[in-house]
Amino acid sequence: MNAQQTTTNQLPEKKYIRSHEPIFWGLFGAGGMLTAFLTPVMVLVTGLLIPLGLIDAEHLSYEKLHQFVSSWYGAPIVLVLVALPLWHTLHRIFHSLHDLGIKRGRDWQQVICYGFAFAVSVFVFTLLLQMLSL
Amino acid sequence: MSAQTMPAHSTMANKVIEVEILRYRPEQDDNPFPQLFEVPYNPDMSILEALQYIKDHLDSTVSFRWSCRMAICGSCGLMVNNIPKLGCKAFLRDYYPQKVKLEALANFPIERDLVVDMGDFIKKLEEIKPYIIPATDDKCLSEGTYKQTPEQMEKYKQFSMCINCGLCYSACPQYGLDKKFTGPAALALLARYNRDSRDAGSAERMKIVNQEEGVWSCTFVGYCSVVCPKGVDPAAAIQLLKVESSKDYLIGMFKPD
Repeated sequence: MNAQQTTTNQLPEKKYIRSHEPIFWGLFGAGGMLTAFLTPVMVLVTGLLIPLGLIDAEHLSYEKLHQFVSSWYGAPIVLVLVALPLWHTLHRIFHSLHDLGIKRGRDWQQVICYGFAFAVSVFVFTLLLQMLSL
Repeated sequence: MSAQTMPAHSTMANKVIEVEILRYRPEQDDNPFPQLFEVPYNPDMSILEALQYIKDHLDSTVSFRWSCRMAICGSCGLMVNNIPKLGCKAFLRDYYPQKVKLEALANFPIERDLVVDMGDFIKKLEEIKPYIIPATDDKCLSEGTYKQTPEQMEKYKQFSMCINCGLCYSACPQYGLDKKFTGPAALALLARYNRDSRDAGSAERMKIVNQEEGVWSCTFVGYCSVVCPKGVDPAAAIQLLKVESSKDYLIGMFKPD
């Protein structure tokens, strides 16, 4: 009986460590969606329609854009347009480094990649905040 | 019966296809080496049949796994010109007159010739609890069967078509880089059971999913779904699990377990 008990000891339960990837994957997905939808539009507008004169270049003049960016509705739009594709890009770069087999300093790679995206996001946020004219 | 015993060259006298096999016999070879065979060509002939021809007529020491010959047992997976395929589902006519290069499935240790050690995949398959875990307040057997609507079945049916052939593991670059990754087939089967209305084991399995080596090692290359001989689409299963894992993460932030 005793011998049997010792042989049927439960195996130590496996430790599962939850990944924080959902945060970065979420930002990556949102940024990718934006980029996929907006890049073709931007190429069309700035690369074709304006040079061909189909859209008056005056609509994208500095004054007009400045006015838009410093408005209460323009500022958050610009922040989202800059920050999300940036998080997307750096997430992709971080994973590409792994794909290329660069194993050294994964922690630092992560800090530098996401740190850059975070720093630029904060920078754009403060810049927009300063430009804001209510 | 007659097709098995009658050598193919009696009907197709002049057409020959070159088949190169990566041999490895651990008791005598230090490294794997290629060996070339000339097999009588027949457009109906599968890669598996070519291997059987070689074993029967040219070199009986060539080792490979096979069983059903009809893409359901999942035994005859191998690399055909560096692409993971089932030997019984790939045909010489798609390569002739070029040479066919056969190797053991990539990303697995070679046991002998075209035979690989699938132990790691089998271990992962067991870990994801690939069986229905009923709710504890389950009904008695005498109360009859569990019924499902066609919609409930549709949620998991595709992912249940897996035959455990391991082609997706051979195709997956992330599994190639890091063997800790749970991998396409195991995760597709995990999704299959989590999406089943009769199953109550989701919480247990989500612990596996939520790990770095769970779904988060996947970067959605999608090659697993390309090579899958049964149309399971493991890449889609993993992306669905990523959404589930993200929901689980958000819930976990407010309600830690």
